[in-house]
Amino acid sequence: MKLTRLFLTAVLCSVLPVTVLAATDDAIRIDREATASGLDFPPAIPIHITGFSGEVDKTIKNDLFFMGFRLVSEKEARYLLQGKNEPGRVEGVLYDPFTKQTKVAKAFTGSGTRSQTHALADAVAQAAERIPIAQTKIAFLVQPSGVGPGEIYVADYDGYSAQSVTQDGVIVAAPAWGKGSTLFYTSYKFGKPDIFSQNLSTGARKAVARFNGLNSSVAISADGRRLAMILGKSGNPDLYVSDIDGGNLRQLTTGKAVNASPCWSPDGRTICFCSDRTGVTALYTISAEGGALTRVPTTVGRPTEPDWSPDGKYIVFTSQRRGGFDICVVSMDGSRRGQTTSLVEGEDPVWAPNSRAVVFARNVNHRHVLSLLDVPSKQVKDVARISGSASSPSWAR
Amino acid sequence: MKITKFVTLITVVAVLAFAGQGCKKRPGRTTPLPGQAASGVGSDTTGNPIGSGNPITTAPPMIGGETPTTMKANADGTFGAASGSIEGRPKDREKFKAFTVYFDFDRSVIKSSEASKVDSVAGQFKNENPACDLLIEGHCDERGTAEYNRALGERRALAIREYLIRAGVNGEKIHTVSFGKDQPVALGHDEASWAKNRRGEFILVLPK
Repeated sequence: MKLTRLFLTAVLCSVLPVTVLAATDDAIRIDREATASGLDFPPAIPIHITGFSGEVDKTIKNDLFFMGFRLVSEKEARYLLQGKNEPGRVEGVLYDPFTKQTKVAKAFTGSGTRSQTHALADAVAQAAERIPIAQTKIAFLVQPSGVGPGEIYVADYDGYSAQSVTQDGVIVAAPAWGKGSTLFYTSYKFGKPDIFSQNLSTGARKAVARFNGLNSSVAISADGRRLAMILGKSGNPDLYVSDIDGGNLRQLTTGKAVNASPCWSPDGRTICFCSDRTGVTALYTISAEGGALTRVPTTVGRPTEPDWSPDGKYIVFTSQRRGGFDICVVSMDGSRRGQTTSLVEGEDPVWAPNSRAVVFARNVNHRHVLSLLDVPSKQVKDVARISGSASSPSWAR
Repeated sequence: MKITKFVTLITVVAVLAFAGQGCKKRPGRTTPLPGQAASGVGSDTTGNPIGSGNPITTAPPMIGGETPTTMKANADGTFGAASGSIEGRPKDREKFKAFTVYFDFDRSVIKSSEASKVDSVAGQFKNENPACDLLIEGHCDERGTAEYNRALGERRALAIREYLIRAGVNGEKIHTVSFGKDQPVALGHDEASWAKNRRGEFILVLPK
C-alpha cells in the first residue's frame, strides 16, 4: 500500500495539507483478541498519525490512547490522522480510507497549544464515535511531604495547567467535582474535617457540612443535585445523603462500624460505599432512599474507594493486600455481576467520563504520583508531575 | 501480487463554505477555543519543555483569585454552632499525654490494656474546671486508604468518647476529631511505627 501526500502550499489560502490515499483490498483488521484485562470493552481503534511535531505529537497520541485508539502503521489503520502544528495553531484531517471520507478537517487557534491539541483530539474521538475526554479536568490533593497538610488542585486530565483551589495551609482531602465548575472537598480549616463547596469561577466557598466530629468523603450524584457523605455527628461515621447545599439531610446507615468512600450509581438511585460492619471490609450498595444493604460480591481482599463507571457497567475500587494496594474492577452488569479483575498496583481510582480510562494514585517510595490507566489494556502512564505527593483524584464528568 | 489502486482524494477544507470569500486570510476557517478565563481554570502551558511534565515549584495561580474567607452557614443553620464551642480556644496537649490509647490494626475496640488510661482521664477530667472541654483525636497507621482511615480514626475517637460517657463524663464536653493517617507520630514504615500511630489522644480544651 502506498500513500502519497499532496501538500497544497497555497499560503494565502492556507488550505490544509491533503492526504492522497491508496485504497487497498486488504480486509480491515480489527483487533478481536481478548484485551489484556480480559474485560469486555470495545476494541481499540487502529489509527495512523502523521505530521505533528513535538509536544503536540506527544499530547494528541496520549489523548487518543486514553480515548480508545491505538497507534498502528498506515496499512493497519482504520483511520488516518494527518496533522500540522505551528505556534498558535494546530490542525488535522481525519480520513477514513474505507469509506474514502474526510471525517474531520479542523484547525484550532487561541487558548494555547495544549488546549488546541486536546480540542482536535476530542473532534477525532467524536468522529470515531468515542466519548471525548481530552478537554476534561481532574482535581486532586497535593501534599508536599506526603502526609499532613496539603492543598487541592485542578488540572487538565493529563496533569498540565495545574492551579490550586485551596490555600488553607491545613489538612485538606477528598476533592469531588460537582456540576458547573463547583468543587467539593474536606478541609480542616476550622481544626476538624468539614465539607465545603467552592465555585471555581468566583472562588466563593461555603460550608456544606460542619457537624460535630467527622464530615468527609463527599460524593455528588451525576445530575449534580444530591450529596452522599460520611458524618460522625450521631456517634458513628455513617453514610448520609442530602440536597446539593446540605439541606434535607438523611442518615442511611446505623450501627457501630466504619463506613467510608461513598459513590453514586450513574442513575442516582444507588450508593456504593465500603464498610467493616461484618468485621471484614466489604463494598455495599444501598438505595439512595435508604433501606437494606446489599454486599457487592468482590473476590479480592479489603475493597475500599469504589467508583461507579458512568456507563453503569463496572465499579473500580482499591483492594488492600499485605504491603500495598491494587486497582480492581468488579462487574455490576447482568450475568457477569461480581466478576472481579485485578488491574494494576495503586489506589484512589476514579473513572473518566468515557468509562474506559481511570486516574489513580501510584505509590512511589511512600509518595504518590497520579497515573492514567487504560482499563482494557492495563497500560499506565503518569500525568504531568506535581512536586510533592499527588493523590485522591476526582474526574470532572 | 497486490494490486494497488491510487485514488487521489483532494480534500479542501470548507472550500464550499468559503468559496465566495476569496483567498485572503480567513480566520473563520479556524475554530477558536472558548476562552477559559471565565472558569478560571486552564492556562497556556506552551512554555513547558516538551515531554517533561510541569513540576510546580512556586505557588501556582489560585483559582478565583484571593483566598476565600467568607463562608455561609449550613443550610440547616449549624454553621459554627455545633463544632464551634472549642474553636479558637487554647489547648493543653501535655495534660493527658501519658494516657494516649493504642489500638489494634483496623480496630476501634478499646483493649483491656488501654482501658485504665481512659478511666484515669475520666477521673481527672471530672475534677477539672467545668469550663474546660475534652477533645479526642483519632489516628491511624499508614496502611488503609485515606478516607477509610479518616472514618476509622473517627470510630476510634467515638469509641473513647462512649467509654468516657459510661465512666460518668458529660458527653456534651467531649469532642472528636479524626486525622486518619495524616498525623503520624512515628514515620517508619514498619509495625513498630504503625503501632505508635494507631492511637487516640486526649487534649484538654481550656476556657477562652
